[in-house]
Amino acid sequence: MAADVVMPQMGESIFEGTITKWLKKPGDKVERDEPLFEISTDKVDAEIPSPSAGVLKEIKVKEGQTVPINTVVASIDAAGSAAAAPAQPSAPAPAPAPKAETPKPTAAPAPQPAASKPGPVPVPSPQAPAPPAAAAASAPAKEGARIHSSPLVRRMAKEHGIDLSTVPGTGAGGRISKQDMEAAIAGGGGVPSPFEPAEEPAYSAPTPPPQAARPAVVPPPPPAYAPAAASPAGHGTQYIPSLQTGVPRERLYFGNYEVEPLSTMRLKIAEHMVASKHVSPHVYSVDEIDMSKVAALRAKSKDEFEKQYGTKLTFMPFFVKAVVAGLRAFPTLNASLDGTNVVLHKEINVGIAVALDWGLIVPVIKNADEKNILGIQRTMNDLAERARSKKLRPEEVQEGTFSITNPGVFGGLFGLPVISQPNVGILGLGAIEKRPVVINDSIAIRSMCYVTLSYDHRVVDGAVAHQFLHKVKETLETWSSPLV
Amino acid sequence: MATAAKETGIKPAAATQVTFLEAIKQAMYEEMERDPAVVLIGEDIGVYGGAFKTSEGLLEKFGWERVIDTPISESAIVGAACGMSYLGLRPIAEMQFIDFIVCAFNQITNFVAKGHYLWNAPAPIVIRGPAGGGVHGGPFHSANPEMYFVHTPGLKVIYPSTPYDAKGLLKAAVRDNNPVLFFEHKFLYRRIKEELPAEDYTVPIGKAVVRREGKHLTIISYAAMMHTSLEAAAELAQEGIEAEVIDLRTLLPLDEETILTSLKKTNKCLVVHEDTKTGGIAGEIAAILCERAFADLDGPLMRVTALDTPVPYSPPLEEYFLPNKEKVLHAARQLAKY
Repeated sequence: MAADVVMPQMGESIFEGTITKWLKKPGDKVERDEPLFEISTDKVDAEIPSPSAGVLKEIKVKEGQTVPINTVVASIDAAGSAAAAPAQPSAPAPAPAPKAETPKPTAAPAPQPAASKPGPVPVPSPQAPAPPAAAAASAPAKEGARIHSSPLVRRMAKEHGIDLSTVPGTGAGGRISKQDMEAAIAGGGGVPSPFEPAEEPAYSAPTPPPQAARPAVVPPPPPAYAPAAASPAGHGTQYIPSLQTGVPRERLYFGNYEVEPLSTMRLKIAEHMVASKHVSPHVYSVDEIDMSKVAALRAKSKDEFEKQYGTKLTFMPFFVKAVVAGLRAFPTLNASLDGTNVVLHKEINVGIAVALDWGLIVPVIKNADEKNILGIQRTMNDLAERARSKKLRPEEVQEGTFSITNPGVFGGLFGLPVISQPNVGILGLGAIEKRPVVINDSIAIRSMCYVTLSYDHRVVDGAVAHQFLHKVKETLETWSSPLV
Repeated sequence: MATAAKETGIKPAAATQVTFLEAIKQAMYEEMERDPAVVLIGEDIGVYGGAFKTSEGLLEKFGWERVIDTPISESAIVGAACGMSYLGLRPIAEMQFIDFIVCAFNQITNFVAKGHYLWNAPAPIVIRGPAGGGVHGGPFHSANPEMYFVHTPGLKVIYPSTPYDAKGLLKAAVRDNNPVLFFEHKFLYRRIKEELPAEDYTVPIGKAVVRREGKHLTIISYAAMMHTSLEAAAELAQEGIEAEVIDLRTLLPLDEETILTSLKKTNKCLVVHEDTKTGGIAGEIAAILCERAFADLDGPLMRVTALDTPVPYSPPLEEYFLPNKEKVLHAARQLAKY
């Protein structure tokens, strides 16, 4: 009896996912809950465990393809008779939305521009990821398997004296259909389902009408572009508004070059960034903070801190605490805009941008205002670690109310970040470095740091922004709260 | 009475292409000519000719005693029509938009619908008006309130999908001795045209019709969604899925026999309606199939309906809210494969 594996719903607002990698081949044995494939959605990347034990019979959605949730992506033969099962090219699950396939992600770890580059926390790996639970010691025996049929099929079986366990099912999930029964009654074996669409090749063929009618942004294929066969999806010409070129496409191709498809994550970032710049009029304010006091405190306590709590002490939790103080004082920055309403969030959930080899993600420290330095540091380390091992849950990248990014970790003096929607502000941290500054008409050496606030001018005005920055500055320069 | 040319296959000699709107007007005109007891009552139907011009020219032709403009009170319109019918008239009451029929809910459900049962006094009135969405009319001008009345014993409820049926069913409604609610989908008013027979005809109330023959599954629909279902069926045919399409035409009384006959052939059933899901006719059909044809079911009854919200005003939201061909195709493919 074959069981269907479907594209899971990874969060309330997620309607589709891209299969980035199959971890098993057809014919491989899989245990229940063993990682089966990797997906990428607009929120997270994740490993999907097998829903049941058996043998992977058929992969229906190839790597690089994007399908709606609940689409059948594979089937698992619980009885383990994979060899016997003819790998019939089964029809894809229905595709209503004419959704073009997404490029196959590449693993190219090209460094990204620093402006939007986040500040990753150096993370020790305190806990090893739990090994996949090797459940299902013995696979369910064949007689235990349920026969899926319908009232009609059972009536037909009774009328014709047919044992349903002898009828091969070709319906969804191995269900015995009317056609199977008719074939069994006629004395034949399995029948090909009459419903296999004749030539629709898996998901990649979207239903064309509305989209095709669009004024075609289908520029000539780039000269050195790989032939369609080489790129699984043939996506070179798909129309994505946020990825339009500013000049005719031909002008991009000259001399020697190489063409790489965008990864799913890169594509989502691109869409989000264009959308954010489109909806939010960004204004940038810069301030300079004397971090000497915090630096001294950190230098004094970091060894003891690490010894006692098993985690390194970085500057980031201090910034988070200072931002919390600023947001408390100026709640309009802890908000979202919904049409003509400002939604003032009562939670202070601070998103921290984490740079990944394959892109960028913003996990959220929920209720940051209720945590001390140790709590924030621990939460951050945990989120960053799991971001890198693709183990974040969708809710952990949602419901942020403000964000912090740290281009300074890569030595940047300061950056002008793009707001992570639906926030109205994001704080960019520059590198902390010793600079000569004038104090009381004498020159002193202090640990200085530029901070930039990008804010949505629809909601936040310059006065509030600078007052907020001043609050952050004041909190850090006069640091007095304990670490734990 | 000459019966449906369509059903007998006889083409009338003098046939012309008319819109859904025109078919409604023809039906009222012809019935008023045929029977002096037939009168029209409603808001702006006389001097103005109706919000959608369905009664344009009828005031001039039949006079103010038979084409009665009223104040804005649906309750009064229905109450007056009910009273007139007790005195021997056969009023056709217009709701300017069917959304406002609920202002007359008490009159319809407590008096019009119960008169026959309580006092042996059936009210031979027709209440008609433009219904349905897809025209960016927003929450107060897009409703499909048919199921409030399908739930009310004593009424008949009609919701046609073609000019031919609209004319034939409206004439049948006028001649029926029971109160009939007649819903006209405004999306269809000017979008579809059809040749109508020159001679008098009616379409029987309570009879569904098979619009397309098929064997793999049955799609049951009515009104504007019938056309959506037919488009989907044409596309399904190219994939090798032959869907039978039934147009209910009358929702109360429901033509169970046509539904059951089709199900016994295809064994799978998908209901498509523009009304919202919860309490829609699809649920009723599911129950009938379970009661009367359980052993003929080879798959679950599936529904493609509007979402359980008011009709949104925003065009993209309305598009998301309404059923469409893609949604029908999605459900039909799933069901066919089941």
